[in-house]
Amino acid sequence: MPDVQGLVNEFVNLLKKREIEGSQATAKQTAELLRSVISHQRVPHANQATALINAVRAVGEQIIDANPIELAVGNIVRRVLYIIREEHLSLVTDAMAGYGMSAASDEEDDVERDDYPALSAAAVAAAARRTLRPPSLHTLLEDVTDSAALTPIPSSAGDSEGKSRSVEKGEKGTRGRKLKHDVIEAVNELIQDITSFHEQIAEQAVEHIHQNEVILTLGSSKTVFEFLCAAKEKKRSFRVFVAEGAPRYQGHILAKELAARGLQTTVIADSATFAMISRVNMVIVGAHAVMANGGVIAPIGLHMVALAAHRHAVPFVVLAGSHKLCPLYPHNPQVLLNELRSPSELLDFGEFSDLMDSATGVGSLHVVNPAFDYVPPNLVSLFITDTGGHNPSYMYRLIADYYSADDLVMKQKPTTGN
Amino acid sequence: MSLTQALLEHKERRKKNSNAVMTMVIKRSKPNPAIHQSRLGTDELFMAIDPDTKQLVYYEDRADQSRGILHLDKSLLVDNPSLSLHHDKQVELLYFGVMSLACDNLINFLELIRLAISYLQDCYIDICSPEVLSLFTDNFDYQHLRRHFVKGLLVDDIMGYKIFVHEIHSDYAARVDNFRSYDTVSKDIIHRWTYPLVPDVMNFGKTATKLERQGMYRALEISQSQSAVIGPFTVIGSGTKIGNNTKISNSVIGEGCKIGSNVIIEGCYIWDNISIEDGCKLQHAIVCDGVIIKSGAVLEPGVILSFKVVVGPEFIVPPYSKVSLLQQPIEEDSDEELEYADSTSVMGSQVDKSDEITSKVLETHFTPASELGMGGAGHVWSTCESGHEEEWRHSVAPIPKDKIMEAIKTMEDDLGFIHDDSFLPPSGELIPNSNDSDDDDHEDSRDDSYYFEKEVEATFLRAVHENIQESHLILEINSLKLSYNKLTSDCAGALFYAMMKCALDIPHSSADGLLQNVQVVFTKWKKALTSYLNDKDEQIEVILKFEEMCLESAKEFAPLFTTILHQLYNDDVVEENAILSWEDEKKDADEADKVFVKQAQKLIQWTLMDE
Repeated sequence: MPDVQGLVNEFVNLLKKREIEGSQATAKQTAELLRSVISHQRVPHANQATALINAVRAVGEQIIDANPIELAVGNIVRRVLYIIREEHLSLVTDAMAGYGMSAASDEEDDVERDDYPALSAAAVAAAARRTLRPPSLHTLLEDVTDSAALTPIPSSAGDSEGKSRSVEKGEKGTRGRKLKHDVIEAVNELIQDITSFHEQIAEQAVEHIHQNEVILTLGSSKTVFEFLCAAKEKKRSFRVFVAEGAPRYQGHILAKELAARGLQTTVIADSATFAMISRVNMVIVGAHAVMANGGVIAPIGLHMVALAAHRHAVPFVVLAGSHKLCPLYPHNPQVLLNELRSPSELLDFGEFSDLMDSATGVGSLHVVNPAFDYVPPNLVSLFITDTGGHNPSYMYRLIADYYSADDLVMKQKPTTGN
Repeated sequence: MSLTQALLEHKERRKKNSNAVMTMVIKRSKPNPAIHQSRLGTDELFMAIDPDTKQLVYYEDRADQSRGILHLDKSLLVDNPSLSLHHDKQVELLYFGVMSLACDNLINFLELIRLAISYLQDCYIDICSPEVLSLFTDNFDYQHLRRHFVKGLLVDDIMGYKIFVHEIHSDYAARVDNFRSYDTVSKDIIHRWTYPLVPDVMNFGKTATKLERQGMYRALEISQSQSAVIGPFTVIGSGTKIGNNTKISNSVIGEGCKIGSNVIIEGCYIWDNISIEDGCKLQHAIVCDGVIIKSGAVLEPGVILSFKVVVGPEFIVPPYSKVSLLQQPIEEDSDEELEYADSTSVMGSQVDKSDEITSKVLETHFTPASELGMGGAGHVWSTCESGHEEEWRHSVAPIPKDKIMEAIKTMEDDLGFIHDDSFLPPSGELIPNSNDSDDDDHEDSRDDSYYFEKEVEATFLRAVHENIQESHLILEINSLKLSYNKLTSDCAGALFYAMMKCALDIPHSSADGLLQNVQVVFTKWKKALTSYLNDKDEQIEVILKFEEMCLESAKEFAPLFTTILHQLYNDDVVEENAILSWEDEKKDADEADKVFVKQAQKLIQWTLMDE
């Protein structure tokens, strides 16, 4: 698979050069890369899942190292790993079910799904599902109430089941291809999710933005833009304050776009946030990443805004697609909380060089330009993700829905499942 | 900086014009020029760029003389109605450039000329087309891209190749070509100006480097003593061991180095696998791979140690010295450019570059290896006396305070010089309103006609020497007339002046000989002159001119005034009306001016009689 390695190298290069901007683009490209890795990976007869997991893990390590601060890369790698595990488990349970069936009623082709729970493999399936699904309240109820309705819920797995069962008797090798196929399909769904998360978040806009409210945001975020526009389209009239977001001043761009959509927009300096916050009903911002404890890694300046909002009891709402959910905690040494960018965003090189000329020893001026702020969870009122609004303290639950605990540490080589 | 934009521009231009073979990247900056020069230790630079098309029309990387006048070809100015001059270094040079340009403007231009003067830095990034390679094959003597190639291309208009520039503003771009710029660029990288090309993002090796507070870059696997102090803006490679009480600041230390206890390292570049024993002191030095510095040795500022040199214990390497295992070449290769290329590729290992710049033959100064102390290995390369000026400019060591003071002082002097002279508007914009200047600005028009006469004279002389046809001469003078916005009478006067001058220049022994010459010239070129003498006024102008000449520039003609005037009359160059009007005009003049009128009185009467 030399072409895949080439693709990986290219992606690594782009990440290193910081040429991919924004977590959505990064997440999407990561998922696409992993999809091609999976499709090119040759699967042995035994332990297909292990082979796939190892392949994805190897690539994942490379691309996470290429830009450790872009947490979306790691998130997507982990989610793909989780998908592989999930699909594998569902296939295994199916297979077990199949064997059970063939043992019970020999060569009966028209085994209906309704028979499924009654079979001997049902216990195995349930056990598998339990490991596969985190023990959320929802699944608990589901498990307890009726096992009759427990027909495999993942639709892709469900319809694959029928096919797999028919093929199964022929040869086992096809199951490997089956797994790959299912995984690729699931990754495609993931990509779909990543592309459409704006709309899903924006759908909830009317529930949060009310008539005649004043919204404050900082910098530029596509998610925020879509969110505000969606509210506007639903005939809500409200006003937006945009803090310009120094030093990159992306707030200017956002303000222009909003004004072009007919929203009442006011641009303020970042430093005017505290002065304006008393007039604001709600702060809506985007995020770079959401950590497992509900803390947010966000563009520089947001901590200040969050503190101001907290001081004036203004709701601080963070919009984040599910690909921004990171299963790591901010105290994890692996998480680089910040990135120092070029000082040229703050100062023109020419103007500055005579002050920092070390050759003459005249000046010893130094410019620091960090890209991100960390906003602790107690300052965040609400997260709006594509699955709905959540409290910061609920983040770890969401994360358990998306990631397998085995994948949290990428660096080590832990014993992989199966 | 990102090359994408520049590349795009280059490609666009290529599409439109296949002669655009090269795009140079230049950087606009406006700091103190003296500091700029000192930052990178580069030479002076002067460029002329057409602001509309971004075409580079003039390039000079070192002024002819340090205080010389910059010669800009007039044709160059004619071709480009607006031109921006860029200069990165000394103000005085700029001033002279503007002066000479201004003179040219006044006589040359009717259009409005805009001079935008700005400070500029050549980044030495060029985007070339495949033709450039073939050009190098054709002109195998091009050895320096800037000095030979660019200038050659600009001068050569046969092929019509053009060079364009791409300007960058806030992006970072610089070239390392001496130790000073090596130092400066390294520091800029540590200060993250080159983001994302910084150690912690683009780890070129395998090992990851983490950025800590105050610009400390440390690889993950280093062993550092608890008592070692590592200061700000330091890079430490992986596998390096640092002993007790060692102090490191503003330095770069490579991989696998062993640094003992109580070592002081300040502003140094220490490459890979170097062992520095206890108690050493290093200041502003470059130490190449595999060097061993034994205990107690001291490197003074500006020292460069080449690969695998061994410095003996307690030895003090004097400032600015360069030490190599190889012996210094006894005689410098005549082909210095080739060596230049070498020295940039293997930095500091082979050739001392600053010597080359001065291009003096080095006196050989063979130093035994033992001069580096007990058990030392390496030869100290000596530098010639005149190279010392370059030493402080190009070394990694900070520039000594007194040198800076000197530089600032000369700068201030120059600035004062400029401000004293009101000729140059402070804004640097020079807008001569030539369109209506002829009447209001006497100095202007006087200057103007002076240059016009000079031009006509030169044209005429050329015509004489190269036997150009009369009609062609007339054509040329007509074009001059148009370009200087002159009247026909001016042309007549100027041409007459030129002819007389020519006659005067032909060797002659006596007044008769001179007369002979005049006759010869006039018989040959009369037609050219008469073509401008359609009117009485023009003939009067000729007579006036002649009078002026006799009075001022060519006194030899004074005794012959009447004779020649008569001659002119006979040749139908001047008619009697003209002579009479001339006399009429002179009636009210001073006595002094009437000398020639009196002289010609006889002729005048004769013409009157003739009438």
